[in-house]
Amino acid sequence: MQQFEFSDISRMLTPIFARHDVDASRLLQVLLEVQDACHFIPSEAIDQIAAHFDVPRVNVEGVAGFYSFLSTRPVGEYRILFSDNITDQMLGKDELMLYLCNKLWVEPGKVSEDGLVSVASTSCTGLCDQGPAALVNGWPLTNLDRNRLDLIAELIRSRKPVADWPPMLFEVADNIRRSDVLLGQPFEPGAAMRATLARGAKETLAEVDKSNLRGRGGAGFKTASKWSFCHAAIVEEEGSMICDVGGHPERYIVCNADEGEPGTFKDRVLLNSYADLVFEGMTVGARVVGASKGFLYLRGEYRYLLKQLESVLQKRREAGLLGDAILGRADFSFDIEIHLGAGAYICGEESALIESLEGRRGRPRNRPPFPVTHGYKGRPTVVDNVETFACVAKIAERGGAWFAAMGTAQSTGTKLLSISGDCATPGIYEYPFGVTVRQILADCGAREPYAVQVSGPSGTLISWKEFDRRIAFEDLPTAGAFMVFQRKRDMFQTARNFVHFFAHESCGFCTPCRVGTELQKKIMDKIASGHGTASDLEEMKSLGHILKTMSHCGLGSSAANPVLDTLEKFPDVYVRKLKALAFEPAFDLDGALETARKMTGRDDDWAHL
Amino acid sequence: MSKTITIDGLTVPFREGQTIMDAALSAGVYIPHLCHNPEFKPHGSCKLCTVNVNGRNVASCTLPAVEGQQVLSDIAELNAERLALTQMLFVEGNHLCPACEKSGNCQLQAVAYYLGMMSPHYNHFYPQREADASHPDVMLDRNRCIYCELCVRASREVDGKNVFGLSGRGIKTILAVNSASGLLGDTDLAVTDKAVQVCPTGAILVKRRGFTVPIGQRVFDHLTIKDLQTGGGHE
Amino acid sequence: MSEQSDRGPLPIPLPPVGEGEVVSPAGDAKKIRIATCSLAGCFGCHMSLLDIDERLFGLIKLVEFDRTPLTDIKHCGPCDVGIVEGGVCNAENVHVLKEFRNTCKVLVAIGACAINGGVPAMRNNIDLWECFQEVYQYEGGLDGGQVPNDPELPLPFDKVHPIYEVVRVDYFLPGCPPSGDAIWKFLTDLLNGREPKLDYEMLHFD
Ligand SMILES: Cc1cc2nc3c(=O)[nH]c(=O)nc-3n(C[C@H](O)[C@H](O)[C@H](O)COP(=O)(O)O)c2cc1C
Ligand code: SF4
Ligand code: SF4
Ligand code: SF4
Ligand code: FES
Repeated sequence: MQQFEFSDISRMLTPIFARHDVDASRLLQVLLEVQDACHFIPSEAIDQIAAHFDVPRVNVEGVAGFYSFLSTRPVGEYRILFSDNITDQMLGKDELMLYLCNKLWVEPGKVSEDGLVSVASTSCTGLCDQGPAALVNGWPLTNLDRNRLDLIAELIRSRKPVADWPPMLFEVADNIRRSDVLLGQPFEPGAAMRATLARGAKETLAEVDKSNLRGRGGAGFKTASKWSFCHAAIVEEEGSMICDVGGHPERYIVCNADEGEPGTFKDRVLLNSYADLVFEGMTVGARVVGASKGFLYLRGEYRYLLKQLESVLQKRREAGLLGDAILGRADFSFDIEIHLGAGAYICGEESALIESLEGRRGRPRNRPPFPVTHGYKGRPTVVDNVETFACVAKIAERGGAWFAAMGTAQSTGTKLLSISGDCATPGIYEYPFGVTVRQILADCGAREPYAVQVSGPSGTLISWKEFDRRIAFEDLPTAGAFMVFQRKRDMFQTARNFVHFFAHESCGFCTPCRVGTELQKKIMDKIASGHGTASDLEEMKSLGHILKTMSHCGLGSSAANPVLDTLEKFPDVYVRKLKALAFEPAFDLDGALETARKMTGRDDDWAHL
Repeated sequence: MSKTITIDGLTVPFREGQTIMDAALSAGVYIPHLCHNPEFKPHGSCKLCTVNVNGRNVASCTLPAVEGQQVLSDIAELNAERLALTQMLFVEGNHLCPACEKSGNCQLQAVAYYLGMMSPHYNHFYPQREADASHPDVMLDRNRCIYCELCVRASREVDGKNVFGLSGRGIKTILAVNSASGLLGDTDLAVTDKAVQVCPTGAILVKRRGFTVPIGQRVFDHLTIKDLQTGGGHE
Repeated sequence: MSEQSDRGPLPIPLPPVGEGEVVSPAGDAKKIRIATCSLAGCFGCHMSLLDIDERLFGLIKLVEFDRTPLTDIKHCGPCDVGIVEGGVCNAENVHVLKEFRNTCKVLVAIGACAINGGVPAMRNNIDLWECFQEVYQYEGGLDGGQVPNDPELPLPFDKVHPIYEVVRVDYFLPGCPPSGDAIWKFLTDLLNGREPKLDYEMLHFD
């Protein structure tokens, strides 16, 4: 354990503080930098950060304890986190992780004795199309295999700074396999803004309304309605029409780039190669609701994109597309700030995201009030998905009718799918809504497809019998994940992986999810170890019901979907694993005697069960 | 004319700004709850107060009452789920009531009695949690914490101190205190603080007061939590 | 009383009688056979069973006892009702408990220890290894001491568990101990074919 003197800590913190405003909303950003500098958050740093921001120490500790990428105990100088999505596992993640651990003489989940390295798992890093993937000190490693791990082990042993590692280890490809209007047609920065300003804010809202655009983050709420609610909140508050009144500081546009749903990685590609489109969509939104400040909430896993995104923002400022007097309009200023997440899926939930933006633990708020009326710092706030903003830019440029002509009546436009799993060409596919699963499977070269997890663990599992269903809000709604499983895959392991994911990501606020996800996990592990019984299945159904109907937010209410779906569609995968007996003990009886056997040296018959 | 909702068919008036729970409590209608305490801002974490409003389940302690809502509360399905949540609270912590000074005066236990809990049903987690006896007058036993954050709210809102807060996440959530040592004795908590009085369970106890009330005379020995919280029980 | 709603009728059909009284079964109906045992418990629940006082005599007309600490029978024969006090803390507890489950039609967990580990479960946050080292090896005056390893001694579990985590349990009767009245109410309900139900004041966890 490294020891830090008070003065060392001050010296380390001074430049970090200098980079951030003295506003508690910067707390998480500061903690991320401290984690980088010290490989953990020392207790002395917590004291000084609390004093600096004038917040109680216990609040800083609460934030440090909430996010997976922060730790209050040292992690390795080289911290390797293997992405633990089922697609990574299917590509051999478990075996590769052990391989690396053996090479580095470190146990999974532990820090090596010299403090040099730690190796552990982390929730899906959004690189399923080029897995197995991992993060080293936050930087993504892709296409891992033994050769690459040999090299990585060597680099670590020779203590080479991560910045000097060969760039090929960090290559992240876009893998765009099919493009349509969003990805396939050129976009000139400023085009949508010019059209918006020419048309007027109210009229642009009318175009978004006409487009029938629905949110791409999963829930499918109609974007124009959300914006007009935000609008109405402001009107009610200020008694004025807002569209044409610029310059009100206190309302916000937030772009949700948390992309934490396992198997989803389309926002990664939008931000990597279409950032202008996304930022422009945010600017259009700002004009419509009269916001002057926007945030991009970027998941910690995508930190590697931070620099280039900052430079896109800077270019836009230089081009008069951001900042004061946008495109020469004295009444329109708007700027965007990027906030990093730190490893918490729940921060994709919009009200938890806002809490996190404010520098707190990411726990979903009570609703009502909704963010559109009481969001960031209590002010009206629009939170939309990355892809939603990209669509908005296109709609502002080309009109609502143009957009509404694509897709189906209830699901207009196109949808980006992140395809991974058992297929020849994983990557990003843009389709007009209404496309059948069968068509998609053919296009991505799926091998003997058996099941598809649509929209990730919180979405829907469909079996081969349902391949004629369509991607659309009215049939199979999706935030974009599309994980393909072939016949030889064990769908029980898939469900178990997802159950572990939810238990790990539950924020812990409400009883049904905090305890229920853990109970699900324990039962799935019991079944996996060969000790499950029929009564365990009944228990899972009843837990599923409680999670669905009693949870505080969408995480808990969808946390049973993988189990309930597999139980309904692939009951055999459970039955095959069950004991014939009606009852099996909750724990391994013989295993629970192991300590006693060791301590007495006994191994007689009576020392076993 | 005053606005009304119905709860299990009973017409209940409410004032603008009241939640369903507020309206119910003012009308003497009991909806089981643990994290709610009328003296504090609603929290909404235990979910015991879940009711069905026009077909949807919602936490009654946080949902504003709205004219015409039809609320179902005292129905078999909800009571079964409340029981399950209570059982979850028991197994995730270490609730060894016979050895707990709060026994007989504990709201978690009283809700369990009210719901007819005969066993914790789920398998026990037996978590390792710290007890903290460092404070001269107050004992903190995290084994019995249900994360209702009443102490957090009381310390912040009433005592102006921020002695308590949550850290960790998910099932690893823990109750943290505001000192570098992590010890309650190193915080500015005083035994007279509101935060010391509000814990619904035996997680926060005043020292040297244990077992002073004989069995048979404790709060819930004869009165149900419903009686107590709706001021009834004496008809 | 039970938490499994899908259970069939009680397996002990007896003619119904009034609340709180026991009527001898008509004619030469067989007596109900009851076995009891104490695992990781303190016999407190058994003491409470004796606390039903003179009602015991009425009970004796109806039931007969198989293995119990009162009869000194060492192994259970086929029984109608098995009543288990105490949690499971070692290997022997498991053998006894399984014998009860195998021979008793209805298994009842009586008392806090059988239901959630109770006071013995307070050891669950002490590491077994460290505890035994402390007691048998490091304690002053125990130079060269060793953890007892006689095969006659049952090996302890890492943690104490309630009995329902080891075998299926039909009914629970909480309390530390449940009062004589609660036990009486429970037994009379059960013997009379009613779903056992405790009044509010009889239900407690301490
Ligand atoms: C647990 C949870 C995680 C979520 N994660 C994301 C996410 O990563 N990205 C996202 O855009 N929306 C996510 N959402 C949905 C958001 O709450 C919100 O509905 C969405 O950002 C609204 O944007 P849209 O209307 O453009 O879809 C999540 C919701 C829940 C309940
Ligand atoms: S449902 Fe889960 S994630 Fe959502 S508030 Fe409850 S504990 Fe947190
Ligand atoms: S806090 Fe309440 S439920 Fe928990 S042990 Fe104490 S009396 Fe029992
Ligand atoms: S200590 Fe008590 S009041 Fe505080 S959160 Fe825990 S249970 Fe609630
Ligand atoms: S009382 Fe409403 S959630 Fe706890």
